[in-house]
Amino acid sequence: MIGGAFVVGSLSYSLGTPLRMGPGYFPLLVGGIMTALGIGIVVKGLVAGEPITLGAVPWRAIAAIVLAVVFFGFFVRRLGFVPTSAVTALLTTLASSRVKPLWAVAVAAGLTVGATLIFVVGLQLRIPLFGPWLQF
Amino acid sequence: MELLDNLALGFSTAFLVQNVLYCFVGVLLGTAVGVLPGIGPTATVAMLLPITFNFEPVTALIMLAGIYYGAQYGGSTTAILINLPGESSAAVTALDGHEMARQGRAGPALATAAIGSFFAGTVATLVLAVAAPPLARVALEFGPADYFSLVLLGLILSIALARGSTLKALGMIALGILFGTVGQDIYTGTPRFTFDQRELYGGIDFVSVAVGLFGVAEILRNLGNEDSRTAVISKVRNLWPTKEDRRRIVAPILRGTGLGAALGVLPGGGHVLASFTSYAVEKRVSKRPEEFGHGAIEGVAGPESANNAAAQTSFIPLLTLGLPAHPVMALMVGAFIVHGITPGPNVINEEPALFWGLIASMWIGNLLLLLLNLPLIGMWVQMLRIPYPVLFPMIILFAAIGTYSLNFNAFDVYAIVFFGLLGYILIKCGCEPAPMLLGFVLGPLLEEHLRRALIISRGDPTVFLTRPISAALLAVAVAALVIAVLPVIRKRREQVFAEEE
Repeated sequence: MIGGAFVVGSLSYSLGTPLRMGPGYFPLLVGGIMTALGIGIVVKGLVAGEPITLGAVPWRAIAAIVLAVVFFGFFVRRLGFVPTSAVTALLTTLASSRVKPLWAVAVAAGLTVGATLIFVVGLQLRIPLFGPWLQF
Repeated sequence: MELLDNLALGFSTAFLVQNVLYCFVGVLLGTAVGVLPGIGPTATVAMLLPITFNFEPVTALIMLAGIYYGAQYGGSTTAILINLPGESSAAVTALDGHEMARQGRAGPALATAAIGSFFAGTVATLVLAVAAPPLARVALEFGPADYFSLVLLGLILSIALARGSTLKALGMIALGILFGTVGQDIYTGTPRFTFDQRELYGGIDFVSVAVGLFGVAEILRNLGNEDSRTAVISKVRNLWPTKEDRRRIVAPILRGTGLGAALGVLPGGGHVLASFTSYAVEKRVSKRPEEFGHGAIEGVAGPESANNAAAQTSFIPLLTLGLPAHPVMALMVGAFIVHGITPGPNVINEEPALFWGLIASMWIGNLLLLLLNLPLIGMWVQMLRIPYPVLFPMIILFAAIGTYSLNFNAFDVYAIVFFGLLGYILIKCGCEPAPMLLGFVLGPLLEEHLRRALIISRGDPTVFLTRPISAALLAVAVAALVIAVLPVIRKRREQVFAEEE
């Protein structure tokens, strides 16, 4: 809870203050409100003495999903639609600790075929199936 | 009969083959995501938005609207059958609906929900058709100062969307507005908060924000408590309610429809509010209040009608004022804008076919939902057996592809990671992302109208108080804020949300 307030508070500081009047007027105003609210939340949290209870953080899931999506963004133009989708889906399945490897490959393959049919064949998305890196 | 002419125009648009087809696709998808826990209509609409770029504007909007009210419908199915509301507004339905299912009366419960929703949808669509044009005319009178106050009111009312602390909800709104200021300044062209990244000059794409906050963050949350999913699925028999049931559901459906239609207009989760209020009302007026919570059919009929009616009438602020009442509506604003239509009072005059077509399609959609749901209930139940490990890679992959295809820009894809993580942190801290998305969408509007109003008044800030419409709206906003902060009301809200959990 307090952590959240700090995220909120610090964001407003770094965004709100270093601005000129004119274009910065409005953000400064909102930034000020934001800061006040952030401080309010922190104070309330401190007064109530509530501990920071974030619970278990699924690091594995976060890492896998971040990696998967960033991979997609970075490689879709370079590798093309099909291989990128396959790797992204495969990486995503790793996020769950309950997925067996064979199952993961099957899901990734199925999703790749499905996504290709829907987006490229069905909706005529202009993404090359195989990108420049794979054309010899 | 201007209304009849307009409706005729609407139906002639909505009955075009491709429109009926996409309306069907929309409600089908909507029901599916409503049934499946862990993916809501907001994430779905956000993901499908890029796909609809190739469509005619009216077709795109018909489909997106279908997803929205279809999800309201699908959510009740899971609420009744497995006590797992797929959508927040179906939470009340679970109270009595699931109890009925456990007594072997799942069939009548589902049928009641379907009939109630259909009736409510029909009436609310009519309300929309009747109320929208005069409201749009009123809205044309609005000056920038009035708009500023209206947007502010909408933002403050959206606190109702968030469970938990009002302060945090306000913080979320402010954070959303701040993200909304990223990009070139509207009047001077000065880049703000771009950190010299060329991609940020045009602002952050709201599809990335929505997909991140509602899709990715939700998945992270679900993966955080993986083992809590169990599904007990009962057999559905005897779909038709008995004569006694039929007699008992008439009045609740009527009351629920009225309540829902009225509350749906309010910005900020009107449909959730509507179903809770309706449940409370039914319990109070019932001759047998002790039955509530133990399978009272009134407790299904009222809230189900209310949430469906509210789902329809929440289009009123969007279509007449251009003001979204719900995160899905915020995405619809985006859908209007990408098709080159500015949502607001002018839509009705400039795009009558679109306006009336959309309204007529809602009725068709409700009819389709009735046909889709009663006979096919078994299919939806089967869908619940799709294991989550298949579902979430699909959501992530579609989210990535959808966002990328928006501008063919890798930056938008990175943005969903950022907002996904941010949303997850915020959820963990007890902050709801819904007000933030509304802040993000409405922030630029707020700024634009604020500055325009001040330019016109030559920097005189009293303009907001001297114009009557603006002053009245500000007064309501202040009142709403005070009510939200008052402890009594807060306690009641907590109760409501506690029941929902």
